[in-house]
Amino acid sequence: MKRHLLSAGDLTRDDAELVLRTAEEMRSLADRPIKKLPALRGRTVVNLFFEDSTRTRISFEAAAKRLSADVINFSAKGSSLSKGESLKDTALTLEAMGADAVVVRHGASGAPHRLAHSGWVRSSVVNAGDGTHEHPTQALLDSFTMWRHLAKDGGSLDGRRVAIVGDVLHSRVARSNALLLRTLGAEVTLVAPPTLFPVGVEGWPVETSYDLDAVLPKADVVMMLRVQRERMNASFFPTAREYSRRYGLDGKRMRQLQDHTIVMHPGPMVRGMEITADVADSDRSVIVEQVTNGVAVRMAVLYLLLGGNEPAGTTDGTTKGLSE
Amino acid sequence: MTTYLIKNAAILGGDPTDLLLADGVVQAIGASVVELVETTFASDVETIDATGLVALPGLVDLHTHLREPGREDAETVESGTQAAALGGFTAVHAMANTEPVADTAGVVEQVWRLGREAGHCDVYPIGAVTVGLAGERLAELGAMADSAARVRVFSDDGKCVSDAVLMRRALEYVKAFDGVIAQHAQEPRLTEGAQMNEGELSGRLGLTGWPAVAEEAIIARDCLLTAHVGSRLHVCHVSTAGSVEIVRQAKEKGWNVTAEVCPHHLLLTDELAATYDPIYKVNPPLRSSADVEALRAGLGDGTIDIVATDHAPHPHEDKDCEWAAAAFGMLGLETALSIVQETMVDAGLLDWAGVAERMSYAPARIGRVAEHGRPIEVGEPANVVLYDPSVRRTIKASESASLSRNTPYAGRELPGRVVATFLRGHATVLDGKLATTPHEDTRSAPVSAGTPA
Repeated sequence: MKRHLLSAGDLTRDDAELVLRTAEEMRSLADRPIKKLPALRGRTVVNLFFEDSTRTRISFEAAAKRLSADVINFSAKGSSLSKGESLKDTALTLEAMGADAVVVRHGASGAPHRLAHSGWVRSSVVNAGDGTHEHPTQALLDSFTMWRHLAKDGGSLDGRRVAIVGDVLHSRVARSNALLLRTLGAEVTLVAPPTLFPVGVEGWPVETSYDLDAVLPKADVVMMLRVQRERMNASFFPTAREYSRRYGLDGKRMRQLQDHTIVMHPGPMVRGMEITADVADSDRSVIVEQVTNGVAVRMAVLYLLLGGNEPAGTTDGTTKGLSE
Repeated sequence: MTTYLIKNAAILGGDPTDLLLADGVVQAIGASVVELVETTFASDVETIDATGLVALPGLVDLHTHLREPGREDAETVESGTQAAALGGFTAVHAMANTEPVADTAGVVEQVWRLGREAGHCDVYPIGAVTVGLAGERLAELGAMADSAARVRVFSDDGKCVSDAVLMRRALEYVKAFDGVIAQHAQEPRLTEGAQMNEGELSGRLGLTGWPAVAEEAIIARDCLLTAHVGSRLHVCHVSTAGSVEIVRQAKEKGWNVTAEVCPHHLLLTDELAATYDPIYKVNPPLRSSADVEALRAGLGDGTIDIVATDHAPHPHEDKDCEWAAAAFGMLGLETALSIVQETMVDAGLLDWAGVAERMSYAPARIGRVAEHGRPIEVGEPANVVLYDPSVRRTIKASESASLSRNTPYAGRELPGRVVATFLRGHATVLDGKLATTPHEDTRSAPVSAGTPA
């Protein structure tokens, strides 16, 4: 694992498993009356959100606070500056304030990459979702959730079949999950209408299918992606109804699943579109648990990136605990 | 006016010989030079040792963005023509997408006049096809053609004339004054929000794809329209293997279609987008290595007629940002010849005579410029470049004469160096540096286009 977490593809299997094991420890904290560790005392984590995402921001904020870091929330939305000026100038401002880690959410693919490699800042950069590119901590929390359900007691996700269903083309969650699950040994099948696959998906380390019903009976995990109704206006599919009929997960389809199969969703859900209420609220659904796990995984990431065991102020933000 | 005696220059890479440039023309070549210097041009003679240098006709760029009027923070006619001279150009065609747009006789005459005042190379304004580049109604093409700027090339470059009826009418209309429509081939609906070449990499990077078919569909349509109305089409910055194939077929049918390729499309590939550094963001985008191979082959066999720079200066802040927010475009004038050497000459795809054809004769022909793109022969205008192909240089953005710094080649080593550029016998560049006094354009009136060479 490098100094930054920009792409799920940056993680080796050892890196990823270290994050998962660390997250397991962090998660046990949630069951204690005092949910706080002193690990990042005196360190500053900035949540830099150019796009609204209350749930991701809160998750990172909770993670940093439970590690006793100082948290600055910086919402750049509505800034009068142009996008470009705003990213660089904001970065310089944060650098001047002495941020140790910058958690960035941005509508432009590659913006965190730019932040990390432009020379604007020296702090660690964590990608909290960039455009239609990646969302690596989401993939980590998804893998962590699968791991807790399917790979207990030192097992692994090797050979586990994960179906990721929906708007793959516009999904940073799908990209990061495809990369990370492959690293962890799982077999990923992406399911979508042909219009919602990116060009060149055949070069990805995944299977693809246009037929949800053919994929469901073999899956150990079914991950539904959010599909915006507005996509039908750009002719990605004819109507929301037709999309739901062909690619939505409803009670009837759920009955095709194996007994142990879990249903996931990164949220926010569009109930009635890609998933029906009875599925989302069923025993198979681990959607709420994903949120809980999100805090634990983000604690693990911040802890490992910022070298939590170091006394404050002695490092320049380089990685401790993970190899450079 | 200084007389230049150039010794041992290899004209088009041929055997070394002497050249005498005086009174704006090539006075003598070979053995007669010495005698003429002694008899007629004895005073104010500067001798240049051109041993090892290739002499080429002054280069002509059919696609330059000089940014003036409107974006003088990015480039001016003065700075852009300085960059052109340093790159070996004696004539550039200034694209119409200025602010205001060059869609009236007034604006094109302003650009033309600024070019004459700058004196580093001749500036031929390109007129917009449609008012304000809006793609809705024709600009006054005839007024621009009849103006002092004598416009013959019309383009909405930066935007595609996507409306088929408008394109047809434009092609028809310019027949009256032997004009040409230079099309920026980009189907707008297929490229909404497009950021880079559509392929496996764009999918992985999450950058919206610019598919090859969006270029090829327009080129195919325009070739058919051109044939239908019997007019003249020039395709700007061809970037895909499929486009080369379509142009090849149009030429085989005898249709009046010409095409250009940009230096960056001959050298760079879309893999560079993986850096997310928008210094590599350009429109049309950098393509695959297979496209690069097809473009080189097409330029070599003449399917692609010319190299044009699409020199596109942008201020620092428009590139010092995230990819999606950055402007499209890169500098090109000062590196074009080196890249053509690297990708074409050194690769054995083109000899120096071929370079003269692709970078001087043919662009002048397409632009209907009579006084440029002439062979280096006695009696011809003394527009000459001396180029040293034997050296290698590392590109430094800070050394550009352009006001902008958006070169994608910074830090890259390229072959060759322009040693001297002569515009009508006046040195605009000597010893690789700008000559101190710009050439004063003494021509009283625009020269008639005449019959194309």
